[in-house]
Amino acid sequence: MSIYRENIMDNYKEPRNFGKLDSYNIEYSDQNPLCGDKVHIYLKVEGGKLKDIRYESEGCAISIATASILSEAIKGKNIEDIKNLERNDILDMIGIKLTPMRVKCAMLSLVAIKKGLNKNEA
Amino acid sequence: MNVKKDFPIFENNEGLIYLDSSATSQSPKQVINAIADFYNKYKSNIHRGVYDLSEMSTELYEKSKEKCASFLNCNPQEIIYTKNATEALNLAAYSLTSDLKEGDEVLVTEMEHHSNFVPWQQLCKSRNLKFSVIKVNEDFTLENIENKITEKTKILALTHVSNATGSVNDIKEICKLANENNIITVIDGCQSAPHKKIDLKDLNCDFFAFSVHKMLGPMGLGILFGKEKLLEKLSPFLYGGDMIRDVRIDDTDFNDIPWKFEAGTPNVAAAVGFSAAIDYLNKIGMENIEKYENELKEYALEKLSEVEGIKIYKPKSQAGIISFNLYNNDKLIHPHDVSAVLNDKKIAIRSGHHCAQVLMDKLKVPATCRISFYIYNTKEDIDKVAEALKEARKVFN
Ligand SMILES: Cc1ncc(COP(=O)(O)O)c(C=O)c1O
Repeated sequence: MSIYRENIMDNYKEPRNFGKLDSYNIEYSDQNPLCGDKVHIYLKVEGGKLKDIRYESEGCAISIATASILSEAIKGKNIEDIKNLERNDILDMIGIKLTPMRVKCAMLSLVAIKKGLNKNEA
Repeated sequence: MNVKKDFPIFENNEGLIYLDSSATSQSPKQVINAIADFYNKYKSNIHRGVYDLSEMSTELYEKSKEKCASFLNCNPQEIIYTKNATEALNLAAYSLTSDLKEGDEVLVTEMEHHSNFVPWQQLCKSRNLKFSVIKVNEDFTLENIENKITEKTKILALTHVSNATGSVNDIKEICKLANENNIITVIDGCQSAPHKKIDLKDLNCDFFAFSVHKMLGPMGLGILFGKEKLLEKLSPFLYGGDMIRDVRIDDTDFNDIPWKFEAGTPNVAAAVGFSAAIDYLNKIGMENIEKYENELKEYALEKLSEVEGIKIYKPKSQAGIISFNLYNNDKLIHPHDVSAVLNDKKIAIRSGHHCAQVLMDKLKVPATCRISFYIYNTKEDIDKVAEALKEARKVFN
């Protein structure tokens, strides 16, 4: 079955929270060395919560749609909960089956967000 | 050409259309059987035992080198077996730069695969050498090399055929220019040796590297050719068993070429498989292979150009590789998405930066789709790709 289901195509064509935040306290950019997908995330963290998130990304439909779906899912959530998100949580969110190579595309934005959050603590 | 039946991969993957031979080629049963035969009947280490099996194994290994040498028109002692082209290029880069002086210059090009770019870049850094890069023009040719050569230029490393676009460099001319300027040439033949007749005496390059898995052979074997006179002078890359003549507490004398460069147990089974691959290629004839692939390429260029929104990165002279992108109202459909749609139809194409990020930056795209041919491909394969691309465009409409 095709992975390009309606929710994926919808989030790919009209990614939610796309762009740059006017005010943020964390930013991080990352790329998938295998394929060159890029993402740059902007986070506004206050009182242990993710107040706002935006991102700029360049890549395949899977990486863009996942960034969009993820950004909606974690906005307003506790930072500790976000840090505990894993591969399976992402796959549940997007609701499609992916080959290992494409899982990397899907994981790109979460990995960048986690790295950004950890960098901020260091 | 009707050889698909020789390749078990197609029997075991019904409906598979394999168009990624630039990454790795499929192997005919003749090659697979030769490898199984080695493990079933002859496995033993080479150059070590005096018992029959070891003699046999050694003979098979040396035969492979003789075959390889006559395939390329050079001497067997000029052939070094490594684990892949990347290791072959690292060997050349490491050993050649260790003989240079601070300030000497190494020239590479923007169209190199990372394996003929990063080793030179990094070694130049650590050894205080100058690292210069020849640019690629809009039409995928190289900018004037003569203008880039200085008194300090000692090494020129470049690819014969670009794996990302299929553009072909005139190696014979370039080596002539380099020789006149006493520059050592290191040619990446990964995308040429499997597809056209290589005559090293005629090309007259100093070093030439490629991978056997891209020419119907097994994985795990790379080839480095080096001119005898240069290899004699060159210092070794890896140290250990087999590469020595005499070891004392305070120093070691090294073995003769090519063994000086082959430390440790080599991949004998892969060497045996390579022999079978050469036999198979020779039976068809390299000229016929090149001609057949050119026909396929012409046909494919015609078919693909009928796909709406396609942009083909088409160099003037090119090999059996076509790099392209698909657009929808000027918006790039990411190559990953294109190849995923094709994958649903059992069509295997490559998408990505093809280990040539410098060149992708130049094309101003993150990646491209690439199809590459070999003898088992047919015009029907191409028809199916063209159809699937039209559908991919619909999915992303
Ligand atoms: C032009 C070129 N050079 C070098 C390589 C590296 O070959 P290998 O991965 O077998 O070492 C490749 C293979 O992808 C190639 O296409």
